[in-house]
Amino acid sequence: MTVANAQNDPNVPKPSNDPNVLRHTPLNARHRALGARMVPFAGWDMPVEYTGITAEHMAVRTRAGLFDVSHMGEIEIAGKNALAAVQTIACSDPAQLQVGQAHYSGLLTPEGTFIDDMVVYRMAPSHFLLVVNASNAARDFTWISEQVKDAGDAAAIDSSSRYALIAIQGPFAQDVLQSLTGVDLGGITPFWFAYGEVAGARATISRTGYTGEDGFEVFVPPNVAERVWDALLAAGRPAGVVPAGLGARDTLRLEASMRLHGNDIDETTTVLEAGLGWIIGWSNERFIGRDALQKQKDRGVTRRLIGFEMVDRGISRHGHQIVSAGRAVGVVTSGTQTPYLKKAIGMAYVPVELSKPGSDLEIDIRGRIARARVVSMPFYKRGRDAISG
Amino acid sequence: MPYPDDRKYTKDHEWIRVSGDTAEVGITDFAQQQLGDVVYVELPDVGTQITAGQAFGTIESVKAVSELFAPMGGQVTAVNDHVKQHPEVVNTDPHGTWIIKVRLANPGEAASLLDSARYQALLG
Repeated sequence: MTVANAQNDPNVPKPSNDPNVLRHTPLNARHRALGARMVPFAGWDMPVEYTGITAEHMAVRTRAGLFDVSHMGEIEIAGKNALAAVQTIACSDPAQLQVGQAHYSGLLTPEGTFIDDMVVYRMAPSHFLLVVNASNAARDFTWISEQVKDAGDAAAIDSSSRYALIAIQGPFAQDVLQSLTGVDLGGITPFWFAYGEVAGARATISRTGYTGEDGFEVFVPPNVAERVWDALLAAGRPAGVVPAGLGARDTLRLEASMRLHGNDIDETTTVLEAGLGWIIGWSNERFIGRDALQKQKDRGVTRRLIGFEMVDRGISRHGHQIVSAGRAVGVVTSGTQTPYLKKAIGMAYVPVELSKPGSDLEIDIRGRIARARVVSMPFYKRGRDAISG
Repeated sequence: MPYPDDRKYTKDHEWIRVSGDTAEVGITDFAQQQLGDVVYVELPDVGTQITAGQAFGTIESVKAVSELFAPMGGQVTAVNDHVKQHPEVVNTDPHGTWIIKVRLANPGEAASLLDSARYQALLG
């Protein structure tokens, strides 16, 4: 693999989207059989939609959707000193995790900015699993390997190819999954996980997701992925559960105000600027980026990631400028017309003085200035924003 | 979905139905499939001059923004407000949904456009 040559190079290239070298998840043939529209994403050939983003988005909010997220990267760190090693590279405090528990975290530069965001799972006292973004997985592994090499008895391995990952998300997720497993899903609280069988296959069942709905992510060996996927679809179909693609995944996560690395957070934005201060484990004295974040916390941030709604007609998109008195003062990081809330919304970095909910913004949409207003996030919160009537 | 013979098509996937010196313009079934769920259109004001091959508006799906290109030149005489309010009709009935009406500057420009058979050949 080319990754070996890129050791120590912070500029390891992003995965290629050359159609000739795209990677396939174990469910690729299923997506094609289901009539998905396939697109290159982070070096993978992935389904962007099956019947339509809007219908899939609504299915997840009101019933449930099934996602193939096997392209996500998995990195495992194990050994007697694994906790200290993970504390070095994760900005949360993994010491707070009990075995069977997970939390959202960041992989940071010394400047406190995001190399990636991730979910950290404590599989055993000295065994952690990190789930990272597909587009960054190779870079993350290179970085982590370098950081933990002096951590004593702790080794990092890239175990991405050992897992297929299927997410079932939505109000019906628990009932559908429960029909295929003996594990008591009601006993798994959010951000905890359990081991068991799903459709007869060995699985790790985690109550996590990226949609703003209740749901589960199921890790299974690649060779049984099709069986588990088929069983979940068959069990869910009568209740209106549908396969959902990356398009709906993106609109769902944006409605729920979840950040997307590469859009809303990256190596130029700090945890505090991104409004993610709650993920910082200040009890963790070891993590890379801590000093920079402590300084920024003391000094205060000068810009902040905010949520906005359009006031004028139009949809603002990633990269549009926020303008004030004819000058660019900020940038839109994500934006779309959301299927469930039926509003044009987005996230943007703006100067702190423009960041209070209710503040008026002007956005340059391809040369036309359109008004928007800062609103509190999340845009959508399960239970609060149910469709009425 | 069939591509009707009563109109011409462009390689940019618009259709135009000419009647004398006026015409209706829309997008093809192929275009709406490629876009996915259409959620927004931005259209010129009535009276705007448009030029063959030049963008006259934008159409946005949940994921993508595309420009609308004028198949022929002329002056916009009507804009479909129903499409502005309910852009999803472009998905459900692309060939029955005109987006703008145009008074043509040169009806002869139609000769350079594709007929239904040639357009479908282009789609392969």
